[in-house]
Amino acid sequence: MPADMDKTDASVGARAGLRGLATEPGVKKPDPILVATNVSRSFGGLKAVDVDHLEVQRGVITALIGPNGAGKTTFFNLLTGFDDADSGDRAFNGKSLNRVSASKVARMGMVRTFQLTKVLSKLTVLENMRLGATGQKGEKFWAGPFAFLWRKEEEANSDRARDLLRRFKLDAKESDFAGSLSGGQRKLLEMARALMVRPELVMLDEPMAGVNPALKQSLLGHVKSLREEGMTVLFVEHDMDMVRDISDWVVVMAQGRIIAEGPPDSIMSDQRVIDAYLGAHHDTDISELDKAALEVEAMAEIDTLKKEGR
Amino acid sequence: MPHGPASPRPAPDLRAGPRAAALLLTLVTGVLLALLSVATPASASGDGGEEENSNTVSGTLTNTATDGSPVPGVEMIVRDAAGEEFSDTTAEDGTWSIEVPGEGGLVEIELVIDSLPEGVELRQEDNVRELNLLPGQSLPVLFAIGPDNRDVETAWDRVPGLIYSGLLFGLIMAPAALGLSMVFGTTGLTNFAHGELVTFGALITYLSNTVLGMPFVLAAVVAVVVGMAFGWAQDAGLWRPLRRRGTGLIAMMIVSIGLQFFLRNMYQYFTKGRLLSYDEYLTPAGRDVGGLFVFTSRDLVIAVTSIVVLAAVLLALSRTRLGRATRAVSDNPALASATGIDVDRVISVVWILGSGLAALAGVFLGFQLGVTFQIGQLILLLLFAAVTVGGLGSVWGAVIGALLIGVLIDLSTLVVPADLKNAGALLLLIVILLVRPQGLLGRRERVG
Amino acid sequence: MDLITSPLYDAFTPTAISFVLAAIGLNIHFGYAGLLNFGQAAFAAVGAYGMGVAIASFNLPLVVAILVGLVAAVLLALVMGVPTLRLRADYLAIVTIAVAEILRLVFSTTFKEYFRARDGVSGFTGSFRSLNPLPDSMDTFLNFSRNDLWVMLVGWPLVGLILLFVWAIMRSPWGRVVKSIREDEDAVRSLGKNVYSYKMQALILGGVIGAVGGFVGAQGLASVQPDSYNLDFTFIAFTMLILGGAARVMSPVAGAVIFWALLSFLGELLTKLSSGDNPIIPPEFMTPDQVGNIRFAFVGLALMLLMIFRPQGLFGDKKEIALDAR
Repeated sequence: MPADMDKTDASVGARAGLRGLATEPGVKKPDPILVATNVSRSFGGLKAVDVDHLEVQRGVITALIGPNGAGKTTFFNLLTGFDDADSGDRAFNGKSLNRVSASKVARMGMVRTFQLTKVLSKLTVLENMRLGATGQKGEKFWAGPFAFLWRKEEEANSDRARDLLRRFKLDAKESDFAGSLSGGQRKLLEMARALMVRPELVMLDEPMAGVNPALKQSLLGHVKSLREEGMTVLFVEHDMDMVRDISDWVVVMAQGRIIAEGPPDSIMSDQRVIDAYLGAHHDTDISELDKAALEVEAMAEIDTLKKEGR
Repeated sequence: MPHGPASPRPAPDLRAGPRAAALLLTLVTGVLLALLSVATPASASGDGGEEENSNTVSGTLTNTATDGSPVPGVEMIVRDAAGEEFSDTTAEDGTWSIEVPGEGGLVEIELVIDSLPEGVELRQEDNVRELNLLPGQSLPVLFAIGPDNRDVETAWDRVPGLIYSGLLFGLIMAPAALGLSMVFGTTGLTNFAHGELVTFGALITYLSNTVLGMPFVLAAVVAVVVGMAFGWAQDAGLWRPLRRRGTGLIAMMIVSIGLQFFLRNMYQYFTKGRLLSYDEYLTPAGRDVGGLFVFTSRDLVIAVTSIVVLAAVLLALSRTRLGRATRAVSDNPALASATGIDVDRVISVVWILGSGLAALAGVFLGFQLGVTFQIGQLILLLLFAAVTVGGLGSVWGAVIGALLIGVLIDLSTLVVPADLKNAGALLLLIVILLVRPQGLLGRRERVG
Repeated sequence: MDLITSPLYDAFTPTAISFVLAAIGLNIHFGYAGLLNFGQAAFAAVGAYGMGVAIASFNLPLVVAILVGLVAAVLLALVMGVPTLRLRADYLAIVTIAVAEILRLVFSTTFKEYFRARDGVSGFTGSFRSLNPLPDSMDTFLNFSRNDLWVMLVGWPLVGLILLFVWAIMRSPWGRVVKSIREDEDAVRSLGKNVYSYKMQALILGGVIGAVGGFVGAQGLASVQPDSYNLDFTFIAFTMLILGGAARVMSPVAGAVIFWALLSFLGELLTKLSSGDNPIIPPEFMTPDQVGNIRFAFVGLALMLLMIFRPQGLFGDKKEIALDAR
C-alpha cells in the first residue's frame, strides 16, 4: 500500500491502490479482501460460472456487470456459500471459504442482499433489524425463555437498529410489518439489516432493481457511505449510470467468465465489453455461445425454483 | 398456478362445466361404492341360508433334532377375528388341520407350548402367529421345531426366489410409483392420497369381477378406466381449483392427508372393513424353474402387463407432443405456459394417467394383499420410498426405485423377520436422503 | 352417557391431554418453525415406551424412566432431522412418516420380551399411582376414575406450564429466528444464523413435548400398545392444531378440546341414530360398528375443508401460517 495513504480516510488509499493497475482479467490487487481462483459451476452440462482468478480490493466499491445469463448471480451465490462450486478456491480475508456454510460466511463478515428482496414480511421493520444482530444471547435456546437474560442486549440492539433506520429514513416505519413496505423501502431495509451484522464486505445483488428513481439517488448515497465507513462493497448491477457513478472498479462477466476488469471509464469504452453487451442484444445471428448463455440462465432459474421447493 | 406466490384470485369461475362433471363423477363413484357396500354381506354367519365359507389352516410339525421325525400330540389353536377358538391336535404323522368357518380375516394361530413332548422345543419363541386368511383359502403354517440345521447355503438358496418375488412386487408397484412421480413432477404436490387411488383400483376390480360377475380381464380394464376418471375428477374438482386459488404446496399436502384419511375411512365403511378377494386366478398352479423359483401364469400376466404399460408410458413421455409438454411443465411451468403450453390440460392428463397407473397397481395388489381398504396405507410409504430412492420427479427413477425397493423388501427377509421387511425399504429411504438426497436418477440440486 | 356429558368427558381425559401435548409439539414444528412433521406419533410412542419399558422391565424409578423417554425423543428428533433438515420441506414430511412407521413395526414385532408385541407394555403405573393424594373414597367423580383424576390433576397443569414455556420462548430472540426461518430460510442464513441448528432445536423441542404427551397418555391408559401410535394419531393431532389455528400459543388446546368434543358428540349421535330395534339410520346404511369410520371420514373432510377455506383455524392469524413456504 502506498505510504502516503491518508489514515483518516482509508478508502482514499484503497482507491489509490487501484490506480495504474493493468486492466486485464484476474489482475492482482494490492490489498485484496476476497480472492477467487478457478471457480466453476455447471448446471446440467452448461458452465454457468468459470472464473480463473478474481481479487476484490478492500475498501472500495467494485461492480460486477455483464449481460443477462453471464453467471453473475450464480457467482455471487458461490462466493457467499449459497451454492456449492464444482471446483475452485475462494478466500475471504485470507481464510478459505471452501465448503463454508452461508451463515458462517455471513458471520465471517461478508453479508449479502438478494436480487428479489428478502425482508421478513411477517416481522415488523424493527424486528427485521434486530434479527440482523449477531451473537445474541437471547437467540440461544436455553436463554430464550428467560427474558431477564437478554433484555439488556435486546435494548442495545434496538438502539443500534433505530440509528440505522434513521439513517435509511425508515424510522417512521419501525413498527410496521415489513410486508407493507414498498419495493424501494424493502431494498433499504435489507441493506440496513445487513449492516446490523457489522460486515466488512457487503455484497449487493442488483440493489437498484425495482427501485423508483426518487429513491435511487438516496440508495447511491447509502452505498457510497458504506465505503466511507471503511466497508468494502461488491455489487451486481444492470444500471450503468449507477456503475459509472459510484464504482471504483468494474468487473465484467460474460458466459460465465470474467472478460475484462478495470476502472469504470476505461471499461465503458472497452471493445470486448461493448461486444459482450451488444452481441447479446443486437447481433442478428445469435451465436451458439449466446444461446448457451440463455440456456444457462434458464437452468439457473429452474435450479432456483427447485431449490425453493417451488 | 402452483408457482406464483400470489396468483391473482380469479373472478368467479363461470365455466361450471368441469366442476359439475366432477361432481357427477363423484356421485357415480359413490353409487359404485355403495353398490359394493350393499353387495358385501354384513356378516356371513348372519345369513343361515347362505353357503358357509370355510378356510383351513394346516401344517406338519417335524423335529429337526431327530432328523425330521413327526411330532404328534401337540395342541394347536386358531382364534378368529371374533375371538372364537378352534383347535386340533397333531396326528401320528405330525399333521394338523383346522377349519375356520366364516370369511377369514385376521386370525391368530397358537402352538400350545406346554403340549410339546418332553425335550422338544420350538426353535423360536414365536408360538403365536397372526395371519391374514383370505376367504376360501387353505393356509399352510410352519412352526419350526429343533435346532436350525439348514446350512448357510439354504439362505442362499432362497435368494433367487426372493429376487423373483421382489421383482414381481416391484413391477406391481412401479406403475403406481410412476404416477406419483408424474403428479409430483408437474404440480409439485407430494400426494399423500395417492395410495387411495391404488385401493380404488382394487375395489373397482372386486366390484366388477366378484359382485357384477364380469370376467377378470374386463373387470381390470373397467377398474383402470374408472380409476382414470376418478383421477380426472380429483384434479378438476379439487386440485385445479386449489391451484387457481394460489393455495400453497404445504397446504395442498395437508389437504391430501385429509383426503387420504377421508377416502380410507369411506373405503372401510363401504367394505365393512373386510378382506375380500377376486373370483378368478386366486391360486394358479406354479411352475418350478430349475429349482430356483416358482412362477405362476398369473405372475407372468402381471409382469408382462406391467412392463408393457410402463414401456408405453415412458415411450409416450419421450416421444409424443403431450409427453414433451409434460416434461416442459415439470421443468418450469411458468416457462412452459409462456411458450403456449396449456399447463392445466397437461396436469389434467397427468392426473388421469397417474390415477390409471395407480389403479392398475391396485388391480394386481388385490391378489397379493387381498382386496382391503388398507392397501393404500400399506403401499403409500413404499411408493414414497421408491420415488425418493429413484429421484423425486424422475420418471425412470420411479420405475427403477420401485424395482429396487421390491427386491430389497423381499431380500431383507433373509436377515429380519418378515413382519419387519417394509422397515428395510423405509430405512433405505432415509439412507438415500443422507448420502444422495436427489435420489439415484434425480438431478443434483442445491440443498441448504 | 348422553350427548352432552360424553363430549365433555372425552375432552378432558388423559388421552385428550396426550393429544393436546402432541398438538402443542406440532405447533412448534409446523406452526412456528414451518417444519412438516408427519411422525409426531413416533415421539409420543418413544416417550410412552421409554418410560413404560424402563419401569416394567428394568424397575427404574419413575423420574429416571421419564428421563429415558425424553432422551429417546431427543435421539429420535436427531434421526429424523439429520438427513432431512437441509432438504426441502416435503422430505422431512416423508421421512418423519417413514420413521414413525418403522418404529411402530419395531415395537410390534421385535424385542418382544420388552415391547410385548401387540399386547403392549403394562405394569408401569404403580409408582405414579402411589403418589395419588386423592382420598380413596373418591372412587369416581363425573365418571372419571380416581386414577384418571390423578393423571388429569398432573396433566392439565403440565399443559399449562408447557404453554407458558412456549409463550416465553416464542417471544424471545430465539423465537424470532425460528419464525423467520418459517418465512424465508435464505434471509436468515444471510444474516449469519445457523438455520439447520435452529430447525433441529425446534424439532427436538416439539418432539420432547410430544413425548411428554406419550407419558400422560400411557399413565392414563395404563398400557402402551404399538397401534395407538399409528399414522392416525399424527393426523388427528394435526387436525386439532389446524382447527385451533397454528402459530398461536393457546390454539392447540382450544383445537384439541373442541375436536374431542365434536368427535365424541358425532360418535354418540350416530350410535344413537343407528342402534336400537328400529334405528333412524337403517342398518343398510350404517351399523353401530361403522360409526367409527364415518366419524373419522368426517375428520378427514374437516381437515381438508379447514385447510382450504380457513387455514388459520378458529383462532389463528392467516398471515402467520407457513402455507406459502415452498
